[in-house]
Amino acid sequence: MTASIHRVSVIGAGVMGAGIAAQVANAGIPVVLLDIIPGGAAKAVERMLRADPAPFMSKGAARLVQTEDLETGLPLLTDCDWIVEAIIEQPDAKRELYARVERVRKPGSVLSSNTSTIPLSALTAGMPEGFARDFLITHFFNPPRYMRLLELVRGPATRVDAVAAITEFGDRALGKTVIACKDRPGFIANRIGGLWLQSAINHAFELGLTVEEADAVMGRPMGVPKTGVFGLLDLVGIDLMPHVAASMKAALPASDPYVANMREHELIARMIAEGRTGRKGKGGFYTRETGPGGERLKRAIDLSTGEYRDSTKPVLESLEVGAKDLRRLAEHPDRGGRYARAVLLDTLSYAASLVPEIADSVADVDAAMRLGYAWRWGPFELIDRLGPGWLAAALREAGRPVPPLLERLDERSFYRVQEGRPQFFGTDGAYHDVPRPEGVLLLSDVKLRSQPLARNGSASLWDIGDGVACLEFHTKMNALDPDVVALIGKTVAMGKKGVFRALVIHNEGDNFSVGANIGLALFAANIAAWGEIEGMIEAGQKALRALRDAPFPVVGAPSGMALGGGCEILLHCDAVQAHAETYMGLVEVGVGLIPAWGGCTTMLRRWAEAPKAPRGPMPPVAKTFEMIATAQVAKSAAEAKEMLLLRPSDGITMNRDRLLAEAKARALSLIEGYQPPKPATLRLPGPSGRAALSLAVGQMARIGKATPHDITVCDHLARALTGTKDHTEETSEEEVLRLERQSFMALLKTEPTLARVEHMLETGRPLRN
Amino acid sequence: MPGYKAPLRDMRFVLNEFAGLDRLRALPGCEEIGPDLIDPVLTEAARFCEEVLFPLNRSGDEEGCTLENGVVHTPRGFREAYAAFREGGWPALGCDPAYGGQGLPGTLGLLIQEMICSANLSFGMYPGLTHGAYSALMQHGSQALRDRYLPKLVSGEWSGTMCLTEPQCGTDLGLIRTRAVPADDGSHRITGNKIFISAGEHDLTENIIHLVLAKLPDAPPGTRGISLFLVPKFIPTEDGHPGARNGVTCTALEHKMGIKASATCALSFEDAKGWLVGEPHKGLRAMFTMMNEARLGVGVQGLGLAEVSYQNAVAYAKERLQGRALGGARYPEKPADPIIVHPDVRRMLLTMRAQIEGCRALGVLTALEQDVAARHPDPQQRQAAEDFVALMTPVIKALFTDMGWDATATGMQVLGGHGYIREWGMEQYVRDARIAQIYEGTNGIQALDLVGRKMSAHAGRYLRRFFHPVLSYIEAKQDDERLADFILPLSKAFGRLQQATAEIARRGLSDPFEAGAVATEYLRLFGLTALAHVWARMAELALDKAEQDPSGFYRAKLVTARFFMERLLPQTAGLNAAIMAGGGTLRAFDDAAF
Repeated sequence: MTASIHRVSVIGAGVMGAGIAAQVANAGIPVVLLDIIPGGAAKAVERMLRADPAPFMSKGAARLVQTEDLETGLPLLTDCDWIVEAIIEQPDAKRELYARVERVRKPGSVLSSNTSTIPLSALTAGMPEGFARDFLITHFFNPPRYMRLLELVRGPATRVDAVAAITEFGDRALGKTVIACKDRPGFIANRIGGLWLQSAINHAFELGLTVEEADAVMGRPMGVPKTGVFGLLDLVGIDLMPHVAASMKAALPASDPYVANMREHELIARMIAEGRTGRKGKGGFYTRETGPGGERLKRAIDLSTGEYRDSTKPVLESLEVGAKDLRRLAEHPDRGGRYARAVLLDTLSYAASLVPEIADSVADVDAAMRLGYAWRWGPFELIDRLGPGWLAAALREAGRPVPPLLERLDERSFYRVQEGRPQFFGTDGAYHDVPRPEGVLLLSDVKLRSQPLARNGSASLWDIGDGVACLEFHTKMNALDPDVVALIGKTVAMGKKGVFRALVIHNEGDNFSVGANIGLALFAANIAAWGEIEGMIEAGQKALRALRDAPFPVVGAPSGMALGGGCEILLHCDAVQAHAETYMGLVEVGVGLIPAWGGCTTMLRRWAEAPKAPRGPMPPVAKTFEMIATAQVAKSAAEAKEMLLLRPSDGITMNRDRLLAEAKARALSLIEGYQPPKPATLRLPGPSGRAALSLAVGQMARIGKATPHDITVCDHLARALTGTKDHTEETSEEEVLRLERQSFMALLKTEPTLARVEHMLETGRPLRN
Repeated sequence: MPGYKAPLRDMRFVLNEFAGLDRLRALPGCEEIGPDLIDPVLTEAARFCEEVLFPLNRSGDEEGCTLENGVVHTPRGFREAYAAFREGGWPALGCDPAYGGQGLPGTLGLLIQEMICSANLSFGMYPGLTHGAYSALMQHGSQALRDRYLPKLVSGEWSGTMCLTEPQCGTDLGLIRTRAVPADDGSHRITGNKIFISAGEHDLTENIIHLVLAKLPDAPPGTRGISLFLVPKFIPTEDGHPGARNGVTCTALEHKMGIKASATCALSFEDAKGWLVGEPHKGLRAMFTMMNEARLGVGVQGLGLAEVSYQNAVAYAKERLQGRALGGARYPEKPADPIIVHPDVRRMLLTMRAQIEGCRALGVLTALEQDVAARHPDPQQRQAAEDFVALMTPVIKALFTDMGWDATATGMQVLGGHGYIREWGMEQYVRDARIAQIYEGTNGIQALDLVGRKMSAHAGRYLRRFFHPVLSYIEAKQDDERLADFILPLSKAFGRLQQATAEIARRGLSDPFEAGAVATEYLRLFGLTALAHVWARMAELALDKAEQDPSGFYRAKLVTARFFMERLLPQTAGLNAAIMAGGGTLRAFDDAAF
C-alpha cells in the first residue's frame, strides 16, 4: 500500500506547507516541518492547534509533527521518503533550496513542489539529472485537509515509480483524488477557475449587477458554492487576484483568453490599497457591521459607486425560472440571464479549448473543478446540462470560435451511460469508461447498473456484490423519517431470509445523516399528536435493535455528519468503517431533547465495558452525561474514537472513494462465525446519581453556562441515564430505552424545546433559551 | 318591520365570564377595564345602533347611493347619522390616545362592530374602512404621514379606503398595473384604475384618504414588486385642512346585490399625488397587516347579520300561528299554535342560535388574543397571541361569513313567503350577507391561506396555539362526568382534526393540489372543532349556574351547547371522510367536460 513512504518532510510552514504536514500526520505518518524563520514551524503548529476548521484530526496527529528551523533541520531530511517544498513562489529561491536538499536527501526519495504557478520545467532547469528524475509537482488546495484535489505534474525525466508512489500515497494515505495534469500554467483548476472568476467579475461590472445578484446567479443555479464569486473573493482574499493575474500573464501567450480579457477594475485596486481585502482584512465586497442596537448588519458594496449599503436578497425573474434549469437561466433576457450566459460562454468554451492542452480527459477536468473549487458540476457536465448543441450555437451566434472538441462532439454529450457504466467523450472521438482506481467501489456506479433490492421514498437497499447489501438513505440531508425506519425493518427481514449475508450502511450524500427529520416531529408535536410521536420513537428503537440483533453482520460506513439518530444508527452497527472526515455526535440537547433511539443506552454500555475506564456505576453515567449534555461532536473519525462513539476496532478510511469497498471488505470478514452481540444489563446509580448530576448542572447554571431550559433538559437526561433502581440491582436495556422515551416525550411537550427545534429548523443554529 | 335589540346579556357573558377580563387587565393601558367601564360603553353603543343606525337600514337599502358629476350621495339620513357617530367618539374607540383615540381594547370593539353590522352593515362599511387605513398607517407610515393624517382619521373627520382591486386583478395582486412615478419633492405620481373600492367616494367626510397599491418603475415582477401609497382626495394644507383637489375621481358606482348604501366605486387615478407608506416593494406586507384585521371584521359582519336575522325569525315564530304541534295543541285557546312549537322551526332557530353564540365567543377569544399580541409586555406572549390570531383569521372570516349566509337564509326560511318579500326586511340580510363570503379574500382563498400558509408556517407553530390548549382542556376535563356530554364529542372532533391536519400536511408536501382540493372542508372542520371547544367551555360555565337562574339564560346556554354537540358537530365526521377521500375526482374530471 503505502509501503514506500514512511516519513515525510515539508519545507515551508506557511498556510499550505503547515496544512500539508498536518494532513500527512493525520494519516499517521511522521512528518518533519521546516521553516526558514527561526521558530516558524513550531509557531505554525501552535496556530493550527487553535484553528477552526482544524487542520489536525486529533491531538495525536499533532504529536507526529516534528518542527525544526530550516538551518538546523536539513539533516533530518536524510530519513524522509518524500520531501514537499512549499516555500515562496520564486524559482530562484526554490532552486537554491533544492540544491541544499540534494546534499542531504536519501537516494530514491522523492522531492515535490507545491507551486501553483511555476512550470516544472523552470524548476528543474539547471538541476542535475538525478534531481529531475525524483522531482514532480504536487499541488494541494487550501485547506489541505479538507480539499480533496491533488494536482500532480510530472516532468519528462520523472521516474514512473516516483509518480506511482506519490499517487498511491496521495490517494490512500492523504485521501486525495490525484489528477495528472500537464505542465501548463495554473494546471487545471486554477486555469479554469481563474478565468471563471475574472469573467464573472468583468461581466458583473459591465452588466451592472449587484454583488448579491452576481453571487446568486453564479451560486446555486451553476452548482457553485453559495459564496458565488464576490463572496469567494472575500473568502480567499481579494489581494490574491493581482498576483494570480500577473503570473498567468507572464506564463500564457497574449492571445490566450485569460490574458486577453484581463481588466483592471479601479474599485478593486482601491479596495486592495485600502486594506479591504475580504474577511481577513477590513471587509471586502461584503462587510458585517454592528448596528446602533447591537444587531449585526450585513452590508454590501455598490460596484458602481464603491459605497456600502445594506445587503438585500436579489430579486430577479431569471433566478426564479432558472433555479433548476441552467438553460432557461442563460436564455433569460434580464441582466441575471445575460450575466449567466456571458460567464458560461467564456468559461465553458475556454475549458473545452483546453483539452488536451492541460489534461488528457474531460473527466479529469471535471473532477478537478468539483474537488478543487467545490463545484457541483465540472465544466463539461455543465455543458451537458446546457446542451452541447446549444452552447455551440450560442458561440456561433456571438461570433466566437467553437472549440474543436465541442465541434467534434456535435449533437452528442460529453457523458453517457453505456451498459450501466459511465463513459466520457475522449479526444479521440470515442467514448471511454470513466476510470475507477483499483479498490474503489462507488454506490453511484452500482446504482447505474442495477435495480434496488428494496426501496421507498427515503431509502434503498442495493446489492453491492459478494452477498453484501448496502442500505442507502436519500432524503434531504439524509434526515431520518418513518420511511427510513420502515426500510431498516424490511432490510432486517430480508437479511434473515438470506437475501444477503452482510450489510453495509452507506450513502454518497454530503452527510451520512443529520439525524431525525425534526420538521416532521415538530409538526406532529405542534398538533399534539403525542401518541404518533411516541410510536415513531418506539419504532426507531425497535428497528435499530433489530439491526443490531440480526443474524448477519452490519457495518456502518459514514462520511460527513452523523448526528443524533444518524449517530445512533452507527452505534448499533457491529463495526464502523468511517471516512476520516466523519463528524459524529449525539446533539439532541441542541434542540432540547435527548437521544431516544438507544443512544443513551449504548453509550452507557460502551463506557461500562471500556477497558481503561474507571469502575463503578457512576463513571459511565458521568461520561455519557457530559458528552450528551454538551452536545459534543467529534470533529473527525479519530476524535470519535477518543469519545467512544467509535470503538478501537473500528476502521478509518482516508479516501472517501475507497470507503464503500473497505466497509464491504470489513463486512465480509465478519460473516464467518458471526454472533450478534448479547443484550446488555446495566448497573445504574439510581436517584442518588441523578442528584449528583443535578448538583453539577446547578453549578453550571450559577456561573451562567447553563440556561434555565438546559437545566430541564439535563434533568430529563439524568433521569434516563441514572435509572430508577440503584446499582445493587440490574437495569435492563428495555428499561433504559423506556426511560429514554419518557424523557424525550416530556421534553417535547415543553414550549422551550419546541422553540429550539423550530429555531434549528429555520436557521440551522441552536437556540440558547 | 324588523326590529333589533343588541344581545347585551350574551355579550356580557362572553366578555366577563367566558373570556374573563383578567387577561385583558394584565395588558398595559387596560388595567382599568372592568364591567363598570365596559357596561356603559356597550349600553350606549346598543342605543346608538338600535335608535340611530337601525332605522336607516331599510331606507338605505331602498334608496342606495347615487353618483352625480363625480359626486356620490349617500342615502338620506346617513350624513346626520355619521355626524352623530363622530360626535359620540365612536371612530376613536380603539385608536391610540397619542392621536386622539380612546385606547380601548379591540375585544370590546369587536362587540360594538357586531352591533353596527346587525343594525346597518352598509353604514358600518365607512368607519370600517377608515379604521383599516388607520391601522396600516399606524404600523407602516412614516412619522410625518402619521402626524398629518392619523388625528383626522381617528376623529372620523376624514375617512379611508383600501384600493387593491383592478379590472384585471382581483385575488392575484401580482397583476397590478397602477403605476407610481417618483416626483422631485419626495412624493409620487399615481396613475391607474381601481374598481370595487368601498367608500371610495361619498359625502360623509370632508376628505378621503386612499391607500393605493401600485408599482414603482423599478419594481420586480409579481407580488414582490408592489408598493403602498397614501393618496388623499384633497391634499391637506399646512394647517391640516383639505386643500387642492387631487387627481382621483369616481367614474362609476357598482350596482350590487346587497350593501346598497355602501358606495362601491370605480376610481380613476390620473397623476394623483401620493406618498409612499412603508418601504418600496413591501406594500403587500403593509396591506396584509391591515387585511388580517379587516378579515376578522368581515367575519363579524356575518355574525351581526345572523344575529339580527335570528331575532326577527324568533319574533315571527312566536307570533305566527299555523298548524298544531305534532303532539297535540299547545295553545288550544288560539286558532292555531305559533310555529315555534314545530320541531323543524325549532331546529332552524337553534341552529342559528348555536352558530351565533359559538361564533361570538370564538370571535371575542380571538379579539382578546389580538389585544395581547398588540400590547403584552412579554415578546413571547405577544408572539404566541399573534400566531393564534394569524391561524384563526381565515377560519373566522370564512366560518363566520358562511354561517352568516346560512343563518340569514334560515331566518328567511322561518318566515316562509314573508321572508322572501321585501316588507319584512329578512331578504335584505340575505343579500347583505352574501358579499362577506366574497370580499377581503373569497372564502376559498381563506381555506387556501389556512392549509397553504398558516398550517405550514414555522413547521406548524401557529397550529400549536390552538391544538395544545384544546388538548390540555380535554385532558383536564375528561374525567369530569358532568361534562362528558361535551368533552367526548369535542375530543372526537379534535381527533378528526388532528388526523386531517397530519394527512393534509403529508399529502400537501408532495402534491399541493391535494391540499387545495380539501381546503374548504378542512377549514369547516377546523371551525366546527373550534366552536366545539368554546361551547364546551361555555357549557362548563353554565352548568353550575343553570340551577339557580331565574332568567333561564344559563339553562338556555346549556341546551344550546348540547344541541351544538349533538346536532351540528357530527358534521365533522362527514367532513373528515371527504378530506380523507382527497382530490382524486377533482383531478380526474376533464376540463373540457365541464
